[in-house]
Amino acid sequence: MNLPVFDDGAPLLRASGVTRYYGTRIGCTDVSFELWPGEVLAVVGESGSGKTTLLNCLSTRLVPTSGVVEYRMRDGAMRDLFQLNEAERRLLMRTDWGFVHQNPADGLRMTVSAGANVGERLMAVGARNYGAIRGEAESWLDKVEIDTGRIDDDPRGFSGGMRQRLQIARNLVTGPRLIFMDEPTGGLDVSVQARLLDLLRQLVGEFGLSAVVVTHDLAVARLLSHRMIVMRGGNVIETGLTDQVLDDPRAPYTQLLVSSILQV
Amino acid sequence: MTATSETWSYNFAYLDEQTKRMIRRAILKAIAIPGYQVPFASREMPMPYGWGTGGVQVTASILGPDDVLKVIDQGSDDTTNAVAIRGFFEKTAGVATTTATEEASVIQTRHRIPETPLSETQVLVYQVPIPEPMRYLEPREAETRKMHALQEYGLMHVKLYEDIARHGHIATTYAYPVKVSGRYVMDPSPTPKFDNPKMDNSPALQLFGAGREKRIYAVPPFTQVTSLDFEDHPFAVQTFEEPCALCAAEGVFLDEVVLDDRGGRMFVCSDTNHCEERRAAGHRGRLSGDPTKTEDASQGERP
Ligand SMILES: Nc1ncnc2c1ncn2[C@@H]1O[C@H](COP(=O)(O)OP(=O)(O)O)[C@@H](O)[C@H]1O
Ligand SMILES: [Mg+2]
Repeated sequence: MNLPVFDDGAPLLRASGVTRYYGTRIGCTDVSFELWPGEVLAVVGESGSGKTTLLNCLSTRLVPTSGVVEYRMRDGAMRDLFQLNEAERRLLMRTDWGFVHQNPADGLRMTVSAGANVGERLMAVGARNYGAIRGEAESWLDKVEIDTGRIDDDPRGFSGGMRQRLQIARNLVTGPRLIFMDEPTGGLDVSVQARLLDLLRQLVGEFGLSAVVVTHDLAVARLLSHRMIVMRGGNVIETGLTDQVLDDPRAPYTQLLVSSILQV
Repeated sequence: MTATSETWSYNFAYLDEQTKRMIRRAILKAIAIPGYQVPFASREMPMPYGWGTGGVQVTASILGPDDVLKVIDQGSDDTTNAVAIRGFFEKTAGVATTTATEEASVIQTRHRIPETPLSETQVLVYQVPIPEPMRYLEPREAETRKMHALQEYGLMHVKLYEDIARHGHIATTYAYPVKVSGRYVMDPSPTPKFDNPKMDNSPALQLFGAGREKRIYAVPPFTQVTSLDFEDHPFAVQTFEEPCALCAAEGVFLDEVVLDDRGGRMFVCSDTNHCEERRAAGHRGRLSGDPTKTEDASQGERP
């Protein structure tokens, strides 16, 4: 993916020495990086390498054992996320961020209509015009290639790919600047994966989104990300521009990953 | 005090004084934070949950010997539930009871607010089955408490949105959610939304007791109570096409009464006391002579 022209100001997100233990077990250790506006960072590694733990620490869903996560608020101020009060943090999660779960049922309200799923965040920030909310939901369904005729259907009747696209629409409707994704194509058939990746790539480009994408699939990293972090056993093994890491891996472990998976 | 009758085997109004003090503290807290659900240690009452044990505990805690109690159920003073609760307090507190709204100092209610406007000297006690307005979409109690604390009320509008998407209008007619004093969203208990405007700025103190769920909440006198809605689907109360068939009242909440198995029906005041007072004052409705007779005599066939 081509590098966007990054903001020359400050990074959007900065992780410094982020470490999380589960008791004595390591989740992730000493992860540091900066994410710039418009940049997509992939976190790759085998199962159990600490990707989800890191993502959850970054998105404040999990409190790190040590380390700092900072985020540049809309007013330009860099804030320590774990110093925000709960109201500020929850508002951030609902408006300026998105979180796309691997299992769409974890990110959707399965018993309410697609329109209400998309409209919820708007209503949460004070939208009170039914027609306008519905119009916005329609336009987002269209953007994620869901037939707008399904607006009043609940996602229980949707395919896996549709549910995932609905989850994305639900997250993007408030114009967030940063999206966290945990294995967004994980549970999907290969052909459905390709379509979803294509859509994600297009939306990220169109809205200049920044994203942290966790995946064990190097092809997803290749397609979506500008930069990547390779993890193993909770540690960062290698980091660099995606094309560089994939075409010319330094660490022996990354070489192994690239040779075993990318060939498939 | 001599134990001349079984009345004296109870403490006044059944609950012991310690329990009443505990409940009064919860009530005071509820009044101080309008619309906020205050947890309390709900007691077993000699009646099953669903019979208004929350309301009964609140009433028992505020009742004094000089109070005059009215109990209504769906607007009626005469249902089994209303009669039982009235009897309970006659027996355990020896207080005077009434069916006349204007005579009562404490009114315990299930499902209705009387049509007769309430005054500053009255307290309305609601029996509440489910106090949490967001339970429908968010079953986790810890999460709903957090949402109240942070005023995250988007979910309430999701529910109303769904109503409009499914029915073309807000189809919620009972337990219609309100915002109290611009802060807490509250379930007004299963009263018809027709009564929501009566809650707004009411001179009477309104107390809500949920026994099984162990919650008390309150709307102090002269407090703003706003029904949630959308700009393009504003809140509106139910309207009725005809006046009460017995007393000709308009602008009151009517119940449909089926008269026979051929579609014969009439609409009458849900507030039975209000209807009786109007009839006593000479108001006559379409069927006030005999409610089982319809206009067309041939339809009024009797078994
Ligand atoms: N809730 C938890 N309790 C205990 N250990 C956990 C928990 N979640 C993850 N772990 C452990 O932390 C390590 C990293 O897990 P995770 O972050 O889920 O990895 P990945 O997402 O890369 O598969 C693993 O050893 C895993 O077993
Ligand atoms: Mg994982």
